[in-house]
Amino acid sequence: MRVIESGIGELIQPPDLDAFREWNRAKSRALVDKMMTEAEAISRFVYDGCYIGTELYGTVRCPMSLVREVVRQGKKDLRVAGQGVTELDLWLGAGLVKKLDLTYIGLEVYGTSRALRRAVESGQVESVVEWSNGGITWRFKAAAMGVPFIPVRAMLGSDTFRYSAAKVVECPFTGQKICLLPALILDVALIHVSRADKYGNAQIDGISGFAFEMSRACKRLIISAEEIVDSEEVRRHPDRTIIPYYLVDAVVHAPFGSHPGEMVYYYARDERQLREWVEASKTEEGTRAYLDKYVYGVANHREYLELIGQERLEELRAEEEGRR
Amino acid sequence: MRQLSTGPEYNPTELLICIAARQMPDSVTAFIGTGIPMLAASLAQKMHAPNVVSIFEFGGTGARLVRLPRAVGESRTFYRGVAASGICDIMETATRGFVDFGFLGGAQIDPYGNLNSTIIGPQHHPPKVRLPGSGGGNDVGSLCWRTIIIVRHDQRRFVPQVDFITTPGYLTGPGAREEAGLPPGTGPYRVVSTLALLDFDEETKRMRLLSTHPGVTVEQVVENTGFELIIADDVGQNEPPTAEELRILRKEIDPEGFYI
Repeated sequence: MRVIESGIGELIQPPDLDAFREWNRAKSRALVDKMMTEAEAISRFVYDGCYIGTELYGTVRCPMSLVREVVRQGKKDLRVAGQGVTELDLWLGAGLVKKLDLTYIGLEVYGTSRALRRAVESGQVESVVEWSNGGITWRFKAAAMGVPFIPVRAMLGSDTFRYSAAKVVECPFTGQKICLLPALILDVALIHVSRADKYGNAQIDGISGFAFEMSRACKRLIISAEEIVDSEEVRRHPDRTIIPYYLVDAVVHAPFGSHPGEMVYYYARDERQLREWVEASKTEEGTRAYLDKYVYGVANHREYLELIGQERLEELRAEEEGRR
Repeated sequence: MRQLSTGPEYNPTELLICIAARQMPDSVTAFIGTGIPMLAASLAQKMHAPNVVSIFEFGGTGARLVRLPRAVGESRTFYRGVAASGICDIMETATRGFVDFGFLGGAQIDPYGNLNSTIIGPQHHPPKVRLPGSGGGNDVGSLCWRTIIIVRHDQRRFVPQVDFITTPGYLTGPGAREEAGLPPGTGPYRVVSTLALLDFDEETKRMRLLSTHPGVTVEQVVENTGFELIIADDVGQNEPPTAEELRILRKEIDPEGFYI
């Protein structure tokens, strides 16, 4: 296969499929209770310099209680698969990110991310590599398939390609140009789900985003769940189970785990709280004050929710129920 | 508010939404992003195109856009929909040629409809100004049959050359998309700006002024464009929003005034 053009971006996490197979071979299939706190899960599986990714996108079903714990523990030099709003903004604001495979980091209706701007324009983030949303998910898909790359018809002809680590080749079957994306195997993935049992069998209501692909493209998988339910309840509807337990390393019970974002069928997003971050993140001082109050100033997710207040949480729940 | 001698008052955002909505025929699939495209698709669905199938990149398909989604993954993006899948399904649906329309925006656009939403300035890293990045934009611009670009019209945005091609338009001209390996027959279809409706000349693939918004002259459009525009033989004048369009927008789609 003839390589016609190569992106000049750094391949931040080169794929090693055979090592991934060996890793998966060694991973325990034991049906054991994996329940733990955010603090325990993050301290056991997230480490300085690891390559980490989160699901989903924007403000939707983001694993925020886990993300805040990463900040609280000050895990640094993170290499990140970057599509997000609320979660990556916090990591960038806290100065934890060293390298970024970037698709979109912005505040959607609230405009550009000031945390991203400061961290990238200052050079604090050492390496920024461009991808499209489809592109990065297809990279997870390639890893999930256990193959080194995946051919796609996006990114061609653009600077998004030029500053990526993709390649354009001549397709051996059609002779046409096609873009090859390298598989992306995460050291750690964080995914927030609707419900799970204590072993890690997990179900997601509504759109599945890229949870299916990401959960199969990582070495360590930490899930947080709105509800922990009896295993029999999960097994009654295995068609709804997107993540089987043996992929999972830790299960964290995190009601309102996506706050200030939303969780389909559970609660609406907290517009007031999002606006507070938008305002605070405009300056370094504001960011610091926000983190002091909502992350460093509380010991865990339970204290965070107490700070937000039961009354507010009930309002958000009522707002989402009204949409069904 | 713009004052007109006849008809109801409206603001520039409302006009953009109405013009964009009118570009969409019924019974088509349309890839919808955050913001104005959501309002346009919703308005089209309530006016002339009840079977517009809205497609949101993280899996929501065919929703009844009763209320305005605020994020591309929230529950309103698949309310009473026909599918709630995931991003791979959506992007692969577009790759297979199933998505008729896609909406795009950007900080800069050039004569060939190439879009920049990545950086401002000559250097990629560290950049002078870092913008959000491609998101689904590159996928939409590469894979949908017809893309509609919605953008504010001024010299800062309409530039001879974008600083970074985040999303491919016609690249350097006729045949360039196909040469790059992009699917044939795709590319920018319309630009809906705050001043005018534009398309792309068949022969040169350069941007062409089709019609101006109410009260806007051809000269104003030319003055606010940082490159030479092709001017259609008979430049039309776009119809202002009707009372019914405005009622639906304000009362039904965005009563919270999130965008309008």
